[in-house]
Amino acid sequence: MKVIRFLLEKEFRQIFRNKSILAMILVLPTMQLIILPLAANYEVRNINLAVVDHDHSDWSAQLILKVTASGYFKLSAYEDNFAQSLTLIEQDKADLILEIPAGFEKNLVKEGNQKVMLSINAINGVKAGLGGAYLGTILRSFNEEIILRVANPQQLGVGGRAELTWSNWFNPTLNYNYFMVPGILAILVTMVGSFLTALNIVKEKEVGTIEQINVTPIKKHHFILGKLLPFMVLGNVVFTVGLLVSYFIYGIVPLGSLWVMYGFIQLYLPAVLGFGLLVSTFCETQQQAMFIMYFFMMVFILMGGLFTPIESMPDWARMVARFNPVSYLIQVMRMVVLKGSSWADIQYQAGIILLFGIVLNAMAILNYRKTN
Amino acid sequence: MEQVITAHKLSKKFGDFIATNEITFSVNKGEIFGFLGANGAGKTTAMRMLCGLSIPSSGEATIAGFDIYKQTEEIKKSIGYMSQRFSLYEDLTVRENIRFFGGIYGLSIPQIKLKTEELLGSLGLEKEANKLVSGLPLGWRQKLSFSVAILHNPKLVFLDEPTGGVDPLTRRQFWNMIYEAAAKGLTVFVTTHYMDEAEYCDRISMMVDGKIEAMGTPAALKQQFDAPNMDHVFYQLARGAKRKE
Repeated sequence: MKVIRFLLEKEFRQIFRNKSILAMILVLPTMQLIILPLAANYEVRNINLAVVDHDHSDWSAQLILKVTASGYFKLSAYEDNFAQSLTLIEQDKADLILEIPAGFEKNLVKEGNQKVMLSINAINGVKAGLGGAYLGTILRSFNEEIILRVANPQQLGVGGRAELTWSNWFNPTLNYNYFMVPGILAILVTMVGSFLTALNIVKEKEVGTIEQINVTPIKKHHFILGKLLPFMVLGNVVFTVGLLVSYFIYGIVPLGSLWVMYGFIQLYLPAVLGFGLLVSTFCETQQQAMFIMYFFMMVFILMGGLFTPIESMPDWARMVARFNPVSYLIQVMRMVVLKGSSWADIQYQAGIILLFGIVLNAMAILNYRKTN
Repeated sequence: MEQVITAHKLSKKFGDFIATNEITFSVNKGEIFGFLGANGAGKTTAMRMLCGLSIPSSGEATIAGFDIYKQTEEIKKSIGYMSQRFSLYEDLTVRENIRFFGGIYGLSIPQIKLKTEELLGSLGLEKEANKLVSGLPLGWRQKLSFSVAILHNPKLVFLDEPTGGVDPLTRRQFWNMIYEAAAKGLTVFVTTHYMDEAEYCDRISMMVDGKIEAMGTPAALKQQFDAPNMDHVFYQLARGAKRKE
């Protein structure tokens, strides 16, 4: 075990002498956490709306006012002609067309009924879907107002009706930051940890110093442990920096205990570092290692439940996600930060991650050859 | 005479390519054994097998009495190795490199301290002790590499082209270090492309196309090939090589 001490000494000296590693573990998480949550926001704003108003009535003006006042829509055109606004959609200057037919006000008052038409540009599916849904909600609330103003509610057939109200648990204001920031932090810890470890060993292969290590009587598991421990420490530094950033910039205070989070991270880091080590044992150059890591990272991130819920993926994708360590960390982070989950609640995830760690590191030790 | 290296029909194949073809030789304790041959003749492959870095395809060999197949870790305790490529950590200082390699060979901290001062003194590197190795001239680095390779008092040291790119004066100093170490009983196995260095060796083997074509003292080889110096011996043998770079 005495050997470990010398390995750690050497590794830490090299790390602290390498300015780019220090920048990577301090600046990168800070920047990413500041920029990414802004970009990775599901809320759609500034939807360009073209209105075709054939009615020009008081009520149609009120409807338009209500839509534009919601803040989600930007009135990009006000036309009398549907064909004209369709060219706007073709030119990508409008996302939605709201067509108000002639006799809108008259029919509403007299018949208690009038249809309006919504045409949606579905090139951008997210924008189209959400835009349509928002506009539907606004129309519904417009209806309520009409009911109040029309003298005879019975005429509209409004007897008893069920209304839907809801409350959002764990994130009452549906603040996307609370949801995204812990997830992004999970990705960052994974990226920094696994990339640094993979590149570190491959660099020793490239420079040739690994030869010198391989002719020494050093034990394989000592060597691997000597690489693992320093990057565990760095992983914890990145995680801590990330938590500080999310507190100071987004005001996120985890509901659950920090001990639970740090406890889980101590199980999680060996797993991802072991993955980095395993990749490094297969690669001869840093380029190869970068590409392989990049490939896996893309899969880990896209299938980790950060952007899209795993539950809504097809069966095969859910199976893949089960073998994705990142998905467990994202789950745990969100559970602890938003729900205040305790150790007992995350036992399942902890068990799986522990298994990941053991298997990946065992594979790395087996596949690291001093002699070939 | 104690034999530190014995090799019998040792071969290494990479697919169809036979890098080292049934080489048989032995090296005695305290001997400086020169391992010569053109680029691509199979010297490095042979040396990597003897160091336990590469498993032979066939043949037998023992290093310091240990079997090359089964006892690679015991072999590693008894040898030092200085590779063709630079083998110290450039982002560590001279002192830190000595400490690290001493440490992983199992030296105790007081032993390391003692060795470090001794070594810095004999190499005249006291002033550079706390400088990064990347800042040292190549010749100094190679002398330091050699000293680090024999820090743990191995029985045998492998030197793979240790003086490549080094100026003549430093080469001379380097060979003095080899002589001093050999005088204390260290066996030296060295590859080189400098024929003047070949003359310094006790015994030489010449590899051509994976085979050992000639072996003996420099004087005996010159006589055998009727050559005025080692250069001519080398030309005569290497000219017959079919492998080209």
